[in-house]
Amino acid sequence: MDKPFAITLDVRSSLANHTGSWRSERPVYVDGLPPCNHACPASEQVQAWLYSSEDGSYETAWRRIVNDNPFPAVMGRVCYHPCETACNRAQLDTSVGINSVERFLGDEAIKNGWLLPGPAAPTGKRVLVVGAGPAGLSAAYHLRRRGHDVEIHEAGDQAGGMMRFGIPTFRLPRDVLEIEIARVLATGITLKLSAPVTDLAATMRVGGFDAAFLAVGAQLSHRAYIPAGQAARVIDALSLLGSAADGERPALGRTVVVYGGGNTAMDAARTARRLGADESIVVYRRTQAQMPANELELREALEEGVQVRWLRTISQVENGTMTLEKMALDDDGVPRATGEYEQLAGDAVVLALGQDVDRSLLDTIPGIDISEGVVQVDATMMTGAPGVFAGGDAAPSARSVTVAIGQGRTAAGHVDEWLRRSPATPKPEPQEPVSFEQLNTWYYSDAPHAMRPRLDAARRVADFTEVVGGLDADTALYEARRCLSCGNCFGCDNCVGVCPDNAVAKVDVAHGYAIDYDFCKGCGLCVEECPCGAIVMEPERS
Amino acid sequence: MTTQGVKFYQVGSRAVGNRLLDPSLRTEQANPDRRNALNSGHRACQGCGEALAARYVVDAAVRATNGRLLAVNATGCLEVFSTPYPESSWQVPWLHSLFANAASVATGVSAALKASGRDDIRVLAQGGDGGTVDIGFACLSGMFERNDDVLYVCYDNEAYMNTGVQRSGATPPAARTATSEAVGPQPGNRFGTGKDMARIAMAHEIPYVATATVAELHDLEAKVERAMSMRGARYLHVLVPCPLGWGSAPSDTIRLARLAQRTGLFPLFEAEHGEVTSVQPIRGRVPVEEYLRPQKRYSHLFKDPPATAVIEAIQAIADRNIQRYGLLSEEA
Repeated sequence: MDKPFAITLDVRSSLANHTGSWRSERPVYVDGLPPCNHACPASEQVQAWLYSSEDGSYETAWRRIVNDNPFPAVMGRVCYHPCETACNRAQLDTSVGINSVERFLGDEAIKNGWLLPGPAAPTGKRVLVVGAGPAGLSAAYHLRRRGHDVEIHEAGDQAGGMMRFGIPTFRLPRDVLEIEIARVLATGITLKLSAPVTDLAATMRVGGFDAAFLAVGAQLSHRAYIPAGQAARVIDALSLLGSAADGERPALGRTVVVYGGGNTAMDAARTARRLGADESIVVYRRTQAQMPANELELREALEEGVQVRWLRTISQVENGTMTLEKMALDDDGVPRATGEYEQLAGDAVVLALGQDVDRSLLDTIPGIDISEGVVQVDATMMTGAPGVFAGGDAAPSARSVTVAIGQGRTAAGHVDEWLRRSPATPKPEPQEPVSFEQLNTWYYSDAPHAMRPRLDAARRVADFTEVVGGLDADTALYEARRCLSCGNCFGCDNCVGVCPDNAVAKVDVAHGYAIDYDFCKGCGLCVEECPCGAIVMEPERS
Repeated sequence: MTTQGVKFYQVGSRAVGNRLLDPSLRTEQANPDRRNALNSGHRACQGCGEALAARYVVDAAVRATNGRLLAVNATGCLEVFSTPYPESSWQVPWLHSLFANAASVATGVSAALKASGRDDIRVLAQGGDGGTVDIGFACLSGMFERNDDVLYVCYDNEAYMNTGVQRSGATPPAARTATSEAVGPQPGNRFGTGKDMARIAMAHEIPYVATATVAELHDLEAKVERAMSMRGARYLHVLVPCPLGWGSAPSDTIRLARLAQRTGLFPLFEAEHGEVTSVQPIRGRVPVEEYLRPQKRYSHLFKDPPATAVIEAIQAIADRNIQRYGLLSEEA
């Protein structure tokens, strides 16, 4: 032994001391459910595609969207973005402008000509999709990707359904819609226009179809009986929106009254302004609190000078005037007639009182159950007729484009399982979305929402130019980077830094971090200091 | 302190690193090749603030000196848990002598290096609050007075922790320790005592004095960097929460350090030659109660009825710091 004075043992490293044995709980990385994903009716992995956008990987981000939803550019314009309502960032400053980033990505895809993923190996199965609206197109896309042969039969002479006929061009320019529909069809889907299905069984037999998805929509305007004198102009909202979408400019007069409180009513009132009405007045029988129209649509309508008469019904229409009856809400919030009347001058009345399903096809299919005006389906979206599935506005649904697209995707999954005779995939355990309290928001910088440019209200009503503009690349990048990445690691290195025991190491960007349980004492600092709540403590198994 | 003027990033520059940030703007702790001056296997308690701060400071100093660094340690927690003979967690040349004399030993090392023409090798001395403000006070004051070329770092956990949580000259008012028990008419540590070591260091008019916490890593590293760019006596005072002595959850160590700063109880500033040159403004000020409540050493303040007057007196200390250092000047 050749050791210095008073030294009897060899110097050793503390690495011999495995402090991991102290631990009673261990930190574990998790992928939480971000509230945006949870809220998305089309099941988009919002946080994941924002993550890809954050470093400018726009194509990767776009591919992550179209994995679930083939209409990013449409979504970025017409979706009512429940994701933003759910966004945890709202509690910090303002929610992330998810919708504007989606639109940016959608527009990038159009600009760069990115194509949708092609189909899997052919399965030899044929699926008939009835209706080329958002639900039908979405189902067709997802079925095609799974290798099925898909044919869409559309009664009308154009594809798009409510995206084309129910949404004004100032919200969704037609060229954008055309491109996204064409891209879906280009994956190898046959579209037959002006091909109404009148006998489903015959069509399926003749075409050799193994399954059918009915997405016939709801385009019959709900009528209300209003005593109307001669020469009174009463039209329904869908025809108005449809003809405006086709480029017609019907003259409605100076004052237009829109009856109803939904999104269609808002679109009709805004369209009326653009058709030259000085006054566009919405009459709704309840108050703003009960109004089904999306807040955003109401706000944009009000900005454009649309007026609303709350708590009124229309009881009579004469040439040039209409009689409104005042309503009052009872204790249950139901509007009751008060017997008080008032006059309102108006040249035309547009009825926007909701839409019903056209049952002409449905009533001919044996086994189908129609109640409350819609087709009833089981948990796999199959109707009472085997192999016949239904979705979109024709089935029980919240009736928005995004919901319909989501239903198309879900239905495609069920149709696929049915065709393969494979047992239904068990639904994953419902997971709670990551809450604001699970985040350590101290680490996030204050950064307010980037606003999308909007046309001035005065310029908006002059024509059908798109109202809301897109973000430029810098702003989209900024907006994506505002994402808090709830419940999912975004590579901030905090866990590596805050460990007093050097027990966390970075693997690489793709694989995140690894915890060395030989030395981790289980203090929980990495969990506490993770900004996005992507680490949790789990009891140590003995 | 943060120097990030490029684009907005999810976490600004407050997190340890960020995949979107240029590596040069990340902290040294995000560097996979950091020195790890204090290696795994040390025997510090779960969630030890001092172990964390020691690695932060020494790794940053290693980077600032291109690895030409030698560390001297006073007796205390850090020495005990890192170096139980014959094991050591240190991955830098490291010396320990006595409780009181770390500053003097560092002076000697510095002088020896200079005499042997090796003054490219820099010296860092470190100790706890006991070894700094009480036991090693005279040695440290002498080192300051002579302006010896040493950066002295005090890891302040506000009591003598490894010997059983006895009161030190850095223990704050009202805190319970083994020698300032929560009994009698004025439970916990008395008001009006204790030493503000950073201000005492400033009074020596040495080239550089700064305060830091384990919660503000970018700020801490910038201060070590600044200190190592200078010669002469420099002093860095780092607040390091102690789960054992403070009676706090091990996972709360960084949160408490952050709250200490956000209440104003622990001001972050830099001073050169006796004058304050910069302060870190409080971002999101909180009342002292938020800082006191999670700590069992203050639990006697929150009985029924709560010791409102004492809490107010502690708040007054925070308010005075805020006023003295102008901690609300920006971003208030």
